[in-house]
Amino acid sequence: MKNVTFGIVLTLLLLGCTEQSDWVKAQSAIIYCSESDPVTFNPQLDTGATTSDATAHQIYSRLLDFDPETGQIVPALASSWSISNDGLVYIFQLRKDVNFHMTRYFTPSRTFNADDVIFSFNRWRDPAHPYHRVSGGQYPYFDSLGLADNIEDIKRINGYRIEIHLKQRDSSFIAHLATDFSVILSAEYGDHLLSQNKPEKIDRFPIGTGPFKFVSYQRGQAIRYRAHAGYWGQTQTADTLIFDITQKSSLRMAKLITGECDAIAFPSQSELSVIRERADLTLTQQPALNIGFWAFNTQKPPFDNPDVRRALAYAIDKNTLLETVYLGNATRAKTLVPSASWAFHESSHDTAYNPVLSRQLLDRAKIPRGFTMTIWAMPVERSYNPNARKMAELLQQYLADVGINAQIITYDWNTFREKLGKGEHQSVLIGWSADNGDPDNFYRPLLSCDAIPSGTNRAMWCNEEYDRLIYSALQTDDVEARQAIYEDVNELLYENLPLIPIAHALRYQVYRNELKGLRINPYGGVRFAGVIKAQ
Amino acid sequence: MMISFFRYGTLFVLTLFSLVSLSFLLAHLFPGDLLTNLSGVAPKDEKERQLLATLWAVDQSVFFRFFRYCSLIFSGEWGVSISSGLPLYDEIRRTLPATIELSFYSAVVAVVIGVPIGCLAGLKSYTKLDYTINAVAIVNYSLPVFWLGLAFILVFSLQLNWLPLSGRISLLFDIPTVTGFILIDILLSNSLNKGEAIANAIAHLAMPVLAVSLISGAALVRLLRRSVIDILDKPYIASARSRGLSSSRIFFDHVLRNALLPILPLLAIQITTLMTNAIIVETLFSWPGIGDWLLQAIYQGDYTAIRMGMLVVAALIVSLTIFVDILNRLVDPRKRMPTNATT
Repeated sequence: MKNVTFGIVLTLLLLGCTEQSDWVKAQSAIIYCSESDPVTFNPQLDTGATTSDATAHQIYSRLLDFDPETGQIVPALASSWSISNDGLVYIFQLRKDVNFHMTRYFTPSRTFNADDVIFSFNRWRDPAHPYHRVSGGQYPYFDSLGLADNIEDIKRINGYRIEIHLKQRDSSFIAHLATDFSVILSAEYGDHLLSQNKPEKIDRFPIGTGPFKFVSYQRGQAIRYRAHAGYWGQTQTADTLIFDITQKSSLRMAKLITGECDAIAFPSQSELSVIRERADLTLTQQPALNIGFWAFNTQKPPFDNPDVRRALAYAIDKNTLLETVYLGNATRAKTLVPSASWAFHESSHDTAYNPVLSRQLLDRAKIPRGFTMTIWAMPVERSYNPNARKMAELLQQYLADVGINAQIITYDWNTFREKLGKGEHQSVLIGWSADNGDPDNFYRPLLSCDAIPSGTNRAMWCNEEYDRLIYSALQTDDVEARQAIYEDVNELLYENLPLIPIAHALRYQVYRNELKGLRINPYGGVRFAGVIKAQ
Repeated sequence: MMISFFRYGTLFVLTLFSLVSLSFLLAHLFPGDLLTNLSGVAPKDEKERQLLATLWAVDQSVFFRFFRYCSLIFSGEWGVSISSGLPLYDEIRRTLPATIELSFYSAVVAVVIGVPIGCLAGLKSYTKLDYTINAVAIVNYSLPVFWLGLAFILVFSLQLNWLPLSGRISLLFDIPTVTGFILIDILLSNSLNKGEAIANAIAHLAMPVLAVSLISGAALVRLLRRSVIDILDKPYIASARSRGLSSSRIFFDHVLRNALLPILPLLAIQITTLMTNAIIVETLFSWPGIGDWLLQAIYQGDYTAIRMGMLVVAALIVSLTIFVDILNRLVDPRKRMPTNATT
């Protein structure tokens, strides 16, 4: 009997030995307290920030990337690229010896090549692709831009070279390929899952070429990643990454203070002062790619008169709005694009607070004292406008100073947007967050004629000259030429003022001082490649 | 003795039956589709609906449906959560051990703190020490557990930074779940740094356990003090003294045992309070137990989760109460039924 017991114990011990490395306390681990569960582990399927944070820059790589400092498009899995003179053919030379993740559920037999790019793009592009319908068949980012319709063909020239043919010229095309959503999946893994008849696993047990490989996910609890030993990019990275899913903002903050998290997602505005006071925490900020503005319905008199709009622009003090509504956590907006964009010009014109001039302009436009107008204030909180109601009340006072009686109107969010789409408003406080670093993502959806029916042109403004300029900016790939065009566009906007730009809200990143190398990525999700924790 | 066991058995079965009936009734009373309320699934198409309807006997008579409901519950087929879509059996299997673990350690600590201090207060009755103990115990007992937990967090986590404030163990340790009891799982796992993991788990346990056990311990102190004072007045203590027994012998042989017996039934009530407190404390410390889980379910209007969670927690508390009652009978000879005389 004793021998049997001994045997069992010995077997258990031996079994134990074989799995000994299964869990050992992580040596250099980074814990990031995220705010919610990702919808999926494939950012092609969801545009939410939570999904991007958890997947885009951890698990996957893209053909191209945005440089977080300059906003320039830089090579990633594509080592170089060229564009034909007519702007319709893009050729990408692919990086060699890029390893896919080796995990307990998949062992790749080959490195990254052209087949993976074609597989990944055709998944969202081609309805006949075996994976197109998997996990719902909706690819919101690509669908909203109609990107699939503009791609004529994707050709494999050789194992490391592909050619993309467009139907129409689109100089923002390469910017789309650098967004969080244009990730590269493994074609070999796709085939492997198809042969097992479990294609839906591709979005739940992801395989990519990013700096971290997926280990496990417990809903509402944590996501675990381990460093990808064969990562093609920077090598110095923590060996374990853990997303601690903590929904309450105050609890994330508390965990950051106690050191249970190394960095947190979305600190709330009211906590920023606490963070600034603490010596062990670092707060970095950067203007984000967003804008909060006051748009006039330019199809309704008297707002069809640029002088009236200009008069109203002189009536308000933007700096006070920045302090009271954004609590100082925003920069003053001159034009549509923030300083993080390459289309930003330091010298762009801006309107200044001048109530006397404002009244003069109003008199000239024959707007009597006691004129009544409406300001629609959006009912929800957005980073580009954390409190539209409060801003509307401030505007009300400024307008009263120049003899205009303003009424504030608000509905629930869906009704609000529906009525805005119909153009029932006279003026509205709203804003925009861009999805990629290309300035076209501001200019075209916000003020082009085409954007009136699709419901993002809140000023209902249609100007032929404006449309001609912004479309001509898409016809060239020369950044300097485009910069010059957008400078003209900004001047045109300053003359016409279909909307008054108010603020670009700042984006924050908060982490403990031990963390080195964490930078704000204004062009999408958080990046942990190259981040290490000092001992 | 057998008869009293039988009685408790019947009581247990009847209570459980009424709990199951109540939960069955709830599924009919919650707003929305009955099939969704029972199974937790909103069927996508007619085929799926048909399949589920057959399983949960929705189209059958109420009695048959109830019978099916009972048999499904006893076979572990509890449906899925409306909000997360995960099987409720697995979810409760994951969260319940965490609650039991927290309650168990709290009970142990409460006894370890409560019994000696209570005895001391009783032995030194009506002295300054007794008054002090009594005052502290009353203050402690009157503190709401959520306030005590928050105070601990403020002092020990945010100010002093001694103890972690949420979860069961640092996420740096990836402990495979076997039993669901964290300390046992650590011992079962094959890690190189078990000691470190256990220390970390205990640091996570410290505040929630202390918050719950201080309140239950205070109750215990007061009960035991009263009981000891009563026993010391008994003639057999005077007789023991007159026989010249040492005071330690008198205490351990005569006082302690006799003082504990009358408070045992009161402990049964305390266990319910302790479990409830543990469930409240879970939400404060993000302890992944059934209380935290149920609260999320309530926020999200997850009716299947609320119904099954309620059923399981109620069944657990009923079982515990009955268990303590039976224990009480086994330990206290006076309470054994005079079964010999009646049969």
